[in-house]
Amino acid sequence: MAEQPVPQSPLASLADALAATGADGVTLAACPARARLNLRLDPEDGGALEAAGAALGGTLPLAPNTATAAADGWSILWLGPNEWLVCGPADDGAARAGALEAALAGTHHAVTDVGAMYTTLTLAGANARTVLMKGCRLDLHPRAFAPGACAQTALARAQVILHQIGAEPVYELTVRNSFAHYLASWLLDAMAEYRPA
Amino acid sequence: MLWIDCPWCGPRPETEYRYGGEAHIARPDPAATDDAGWADYLFMRTNTKGVHAERWMHRDGCRRWFNVLRHTVSNEVLAVYPMGTPRPETPRLPGDGAEGA
Repeated sequence: MAEQPVPQSPLASLADALAATGADGVTLAACPARARLNLRLDPEDGGALEAAGAALGGTLPLAPNTATAAADGWSILWLGPNEWLVCGPADDGAARAGALEAALAGTHHAVTDVGAMYTTLTLAGANARTVLMKGCRLDLHPRAFAPGACAQTALARAQVILHQIGAEPVYELTVRNSFAHYLASWLLDAMAEYRPA
Repeated sequence: MLWIDCPWCGPRPETEYRYGGEAHIARPDPAATDDAGWADYLFMRTNTKGVHAERWMHRDGCRRWFNVLRHTVSNEVLAVYPMGTPRPETPRLPGDGAEGA
């Protein structure tokens, strides 16, 4: 009988290095697999915005660079004026995509499962902001980038979706699988100066 | 480093964008255009010294195209406006070439 291929995180080879972080104010961790849906619809299209929000148990953010929380641990990230990234637990993705499709039937929309395209990293701790500032040109000061803020930007020249989920601060970095190993290695190197001797 | 105001995402550094060349170049009807006219459309640009209308795309952000008015001498970004809208009026600035503003 043929063996079934087992999905493997692009960060598997860095597991030991990631587990060793956290000693001095900054922790880098790989998030478990999760569902991600790219949602596109016209917010001017009467009812589509509300229908999608109702299907997700939340509200689609219209303010640029913000994210909102939805029901059951899902979150909705603003990516553009008619584009959102909807993230949640991995085992719930197909059901949520189906619910969105049903709610948006008859409107001009697209729901695309992009869950297998991305890897998510969590960077947390008092020094997390200064680590990010080494490779990101956004203003990450709390007055400009607070919990609930999200942005698509470049970190160490890799395209990332940056989402601040906690005030500590805690950041979620969503990056393409092919960039994940590079970005995690770059972050580990950037964190080295905070490691106790 | 230029800082350009993406109409959707806000101010971001130049390295997040892709430059798209001169704006407002209308594609002629290929059937009604001779070789010289087609070559003019493909290859000839104004090479402005002064206020230049150009296209930019926010590659690392929202991936949307828009137009920018930039002064090619001072690199000052004077206006950001959507695709498909006419070029806004700008005041003449010191250092404008003959084709500026």
